[in-house]
Amino acid sequence: MSTEVHRHLDQELDELRDAILRLGGETEAALRHAMHSLAERDTGEAREVLEHDDTVDQLEVEVDRRAIDIFALRQPAARDLRFVMSVTKMAPVLERIADHACNIARAAIELTNEPELNSLIRIQQMGEIASSMLASALDAFTRSDPAAAREVIKRDAEINNLYNQIFHDLIDLMAKEPATATRDARLLFVAKHLERIGDYVTDICELTVYMAEAAIIKHRH
Amino acid sequence: MTPSASFAAPKFEVNAQASPGPTATKIEVDQLNFYYGKTQALKDISIKVPERQVMAFIGPSGCGKTTFLRTLNRMNDVIAATRVEGTVTIDGEDIYAPGADVVDLRRKVGMVFQKSNPFPKSIFDNVAYGLRINRVTSSRSELDARVEEALKDAALWTEVKDRLKSSALGLSGGQQQRLCIARALAIRPEVILMDEPASALDPIATSKIEELIVDLKKQYTIVIVTHNMQQAARVSDLTAFFLLGKLIEVNSTEKMFTAPNERLTEDYITGRFG
Repeated sequence: MSTEVHRHLDQELDELRDAILRLGGETEAALRHAMHSLAERDTGEAREVLEHDDTVDQLEVEVDRRAIDIFALRQPAARDLRFVMSVTKMAPVLERIADHACNIARAAIELTNEPELNSLIRIQQMGEIASSMLASALDAFTRSDPAAAREVIKRDAEINNLYNQIFHDLIDLMAKEPATATRDARLLFVAKHLERIGDYVTDICELTVYMAEAAIIKHRH
Repeated sequence: MTPSASFAAPKFEVNAQASPGPTATKIEVDQLNFYYGKTQALKDISIKVPERQVMAFIGPSGCGKTTFLRTLNRMNDVIAATRVEGTVTIDGEDIYAPGADVVDLRRKVGMVFQKSNPFPKSIFDNVAYGLRINRVTSSRSELDARVEEALKDAALWTEVKDRLKSSALGLSGGQQQRLCIARALAIRPEVILMDEPASALDPIATSKIEELIVDLKKQYTIVIVTHNMQQAARVSDLTAFFLLGKLIEVNSTEKMFTAPNERLTEDYITGRFG
């Protein structure tokens, strides 16, 4: 390949990286605002999360389009191949995290007029851990740092433990106070969305490890 | 991944897990050096080629891959002032040993060149040529059968069976190249060396040659030099990367194109070499 061709490929890879990082940034913001709207009972902020989801969807399509172009026109190999492959698989994962953030925002709107509950504190804890994991995962991806990605994966257990506690608390509460069951169920769904986000962040970290080391660690931890 | 710190020539053993199927060594090269006069073109090459597998040689122009290919059937012998050190064994026999039968070697190790080179004879006579000069067949019917077999193995029979007496020069470029493969196959070699066999062909003709290579490895050990890395990826089980007369890495093709061990290999196959 000529130098000019290298430059084109490098530029296309940079643009793909920019697109996935923008998608990551939008997803982080969606989760942060969704959790904030839930804590502050801010329906306006929750609606902004929902309205902003189109941007996330468009970015996912942009990542797809750029990646397909690179596959078709550049036939990337080795580290380039692993990068494009990882980004291609990461984009729908980020989009799904943003979908979960939207579901949390919808729950925030529905819960606005419901009385507050102690479980919400632990759900906020889950949200903080999920946000922090997502930020660290994207950081590890940006730096192509497999060690940092592996550290993030370990934190998924924290989210799972909190989810189990919240699950039992809310089931107990539903049994004791059936009148609040609808609210409790909505909170349970919020907790489940956060638990799933933890799993998706783990997927992102696995892709970072693959990108950096060519090691497939999926289903092995 | 550990970037290559030097150009030290490692010895490569093919990982059986990386190359499923028969893994008995067909060709073994040990510490091979090759010189054109005072110029050293190959430096301390050691490599094993497993039986009935396709090994691709890749590398930039002038890296020595074609020179190395030609050492495997002593084709460089015809070039004046060349010198070989080290050993090349095929089925355990040193092909450079004093008294080694070069004619027998070239019968065992066929070669297909970059540019198809049919003789200005009929299609039939091209394929029958090696059989006749080696007096392989004892009757006309046996000769006919061997020619038909070779043309079928080269995936050319259905296209030429009704015009075997026509000039080979009337065939298309892709057909001429398959005819040359048929000519090589007619004497039933065990190894086929191919030097950029599809570089002058259009994509359809290239595809036919590639399909043929994959099919032929059921019976033959194939070593192919190619500048087309996608072709190496498509047809080969193993890939060897050469640079400046040295063998930098040999690995399963899958590993080579997704996660090569050497930084130099990675730089080459991602197009960032130099």
